[in-house]
Amino acid sequence: MNIMDHAVDLPVWAALLVSFFLVVGSGLTLIGTIGFSRLPSFYERIHAPTLGTSWGTGGIVMASMIFFTVLATRPVIHEILIGIFVTVTTPVTLMLLARAALHRDRAEGNPDVLAEVSPDEPKRGPALGE
Amino acid sequence: MLPYPLLSASLVIMWLALNGFTLGHLILGCIVAVFASWGMASLRPAKPRLRKWYLLPKLVGIVLYDIVRSNVAVASIILGGHRRQFKSGFITVPLDVESPMALAVLAVVVTSTPGTAWLEYNSLNRTVLIHVLDLVDEAEWQTLIKGRYEALLMEIFE
Repeated sequence: MNIMDHAVDLPVWAALLVSFFLVVGSGLTLIGTIGFSRLPSFYERIHAPTLGTSWGTGGIVMASMIFFTVLATRPVIHEILIGIFVTVTTPVTLMLLARAALHRDRAEGNPDVLAEVSPDEPKRGPALGE
Repeated sequence: MLPYPLLSASLVIMWLALNGFTLGHLILGCIVAVFASWGMASLRPAKPRLRKWYLLPKLVGIVLYDIVRSNVAVASIILGGHRRQFKSGFITVPLDVESPMALAVLAVVVTSTPGTAWLEYNSLNRTVLIHVLDLVDEAEWQTLIKGRYEALLMEIFE
């Protein structure tokens, strides 16, 4: 509501900087979602959203930090925490999804996956049996 | 009462920073911090040892630079249109790091760098399966991960 009133007080250099980071961040997130829908295989698709979780988030967070620092309305600790938590939690969900897909592909004997993974399969077999 | 004083303190500070510095939130934050550290203690995590903490900024710098670089690379692959000139594939990288903390950090680094995804770590033969979006040379990626990140992580954590 009063964000727009504050925005009037923003100096031009800060406005430019905020817009730059906002456009970079949201642009990368958009490219990530485009890739998510366009890349052909599951394992290729899991790469696309990491654009959004790395510098997509980074750019938007940076813009928000500059905006509220210049206006001095509140401390910028929220953005730092958002950045840390997004970065730290992404691998958890990604590994869950990817390992579920790996398990399914191996169970179904999918040649694309098994051909690449098979070198460590013989070693794994006896070790698990012990 | 407080098995992880540092964790509890940072939880209270975080709670106050997010909710505002009032007496009510101080009390609520302390309660949350105490219960959270009990929960943490019941998980019995291995105590992480930071040996050369002063190398952490170097790692952060390298990782941030690589994330920017690979953001550009992956974005150009996605926007590259229908002519698919890239070939994705799996690589297995043998790892020498053993500390769970260092492995966790390495997983975060590999995952948050677009174009590489940490799929699974095999603790029996200590290899990690990584999927690479633009796989040109398998050996090149192996030396990148081992030389650029793993060596530094081993210096920091082990």
